Amino acid sequence: MTASSYSLAELVIVACAEAWRDDGEVMATGIGPLPRLGASLAKTSFNPALQVTDGEVYYADEPVPPGKRVGPVALEGYANYDRVFSALWGGRRHAMVGPVQLDRFGQANISVIGDHAKPKAAMLGARGFPGNSISHPNSFFMPSHNTRAFVAGEVDFVCMAGYNPARYIGGKPPRGLDLRRIVSNLAVMDFGGPEHQVRVVSLHPGVGFDEVQDNTGFPLARIADALPVTPAPTAEQCAAIAALDPNGVRRSVFKDDPAGDRRAA
Amino acid sequence: MTTMFDKRMTADAVVASLSDGMTIGIGGWATRRKPMALIRAILRSDLKDLTIVSYGGPDVGMLCAAGKVKKLVFAFVSLDHYPLDPHFRAARQTGAIEVLELDEGMFHWGLRAAAMDLPFLPTRIGIGTDIITQPGFRMVKSPYDDGEELVAMPALRLDAALIHAHRGDAKGNLLTLSPDPFFDELFTRAAPKVYASVEQLVPTADLDIEANARFALVERARITGVVEAPLGAHPTGAAPDYQIDLKALKTYVDSAASPEAWADYRARFVDVSDEAYAAAIGGRDAAAALPRPVY
Repeated sequence: MTASSYSLAELVIVACAEAWRDDGEVMATGIGPLPRLGASLAKTSFNPALQVTDGEVYYADEPVPPGKRVGPVALEGYANYDRVFSALWGGRRHAMVGPVQLDRFGQANISVIGDHAKPKAAMLGARGFPGNSISHPNSFFMPSHNTRAFVAGEVDFVCMAGYNPARYIGGKPPRGLDLRRIVSNLAVMDFGGPEHQVRVVSLHPGVGFDEVQDNTGFPLARIADALPVTPAPTAEQCAAIAALDPNGVRRSVFKDDPAGDRRAA
Repeated sequence: MTTMFDKRMTADAVVASLSDGMTIGIGGWATRRKPMALIRAILRSDLKDLTIVSYGGPDVGMLCAAGKVKKLVFAFVSLDHYPLDPHFRAARQTGAIEVLELDEGMFHWGLRAAAMDLPFLPTRIGIGTDIITQPGFRMVKSPYDDGEELVAMPALRLDAALIHAHRGDAKGNLLTLSPDPFFDELFTRAAPKVYASVEQLVPTADLDIEANARFALVERARITGVVEAPLGAHPTGAAPDYQIDLKALKTYVDSAASPEAWADYRARFVDVSDEAYAAAIGGRDAAAALPRPVY
């Protein structure tokens, strides 16, 4: 049964969780509270084989709530960085990350805005994005769907490889490149259009295709002329999310924690 | 009577053994187990034009703020709970430093190549990204039937490495007791000179190697010098001895507000003795009582 009311954050968590539904036994890494809660929800509701970490150095037996610890963390394994690299190079991981820029190829940037030698804004650095991108499946969460995030042309510094034939010898990316799902505050997308074109899979309640297209720096494909609405969380899912997030961190992601169904506003 | 075999030295003696223009690797990871007492000693010295190789945290930012860095080899510079290091950002955004930006795993691979005395190690990492459009990268073709084109990650050869461990003896045997040793062992193998600060120097027998074998970082022949430096990783964490000091990290972040703020930070936390440093951060007991951070 659909929840009588739900927040945009809860809608997004449920949409993120779907990314891991058919993955089987892999390490699920959700960067940021909503992808992390999505991985937690996937593990506790339909893919118990997922491995999740405490965010530091251990595999946790049950998902660890974001924010302050509410109780002891039950552990099941060791995830020091050396082993995380070894594991991810083997492909048994699916990460959902939040880059600053994403382009039509799925190339992602967390390094710099502007010129690399003297950037307008220096950010973190490429971290593990290059290796992740060609080793295991990756999905994206983009909290602000606009043309600064979904950029025209290419991202300023390609940290994650994408489906850009110009960047590969013979035009063919490494076999590990597998970009899956994009969840934004407006829609759910994938790379299932012609030649891996980004395609709208569903629109969040009250959002139209034109609004999504107008806020995207490249042309979008669509899964159907009549686009489905992103499934609303069920009452059961909302209860599960509340249990996974006792600190209510999900409420701080979007300004004023808006309703998931904009038509209700 | 055997001759005493003793690698103990002071932080200032470590710095005196380094030279301008050296490539220096720094162990730890972001806000964890950075050899900050040794970094502060570099800040107090006239050492310059360094190439720094680091999984970066405040070590990188401080060296940038003090104008010590010519080039940075990095995959990130992060303060974790304060994601972006303002001193690092300023150095990047003014074009004050050259950089070689790597993936975290490529970085590991480069250290491993140096540790194995190989010119490079092959990898797919970097393919399809701007990492390999930076100068210095070449591709290598697999000589086997697959013929795959791979990135030849060049060895990250260091002139010296600086690391921080929990326990050590005068001979250079070390215990790294934290849950993740990160890539400190590879740093020790990628450099001809390796200096380790330790929380506590103890007699060899007290290392209790039989019980602690999995914490023994590396054979002591890799270690050139050992510096006893309690709180030597502060404000980064050296769990289980003490956790990251988020308040002290915030003070560090705020030091980027103006040249005056940085001068004030230096006067209080850098241009001081170890004893004065411990007092300035509220004392050793306060450090030992810091709560475990949440990620």
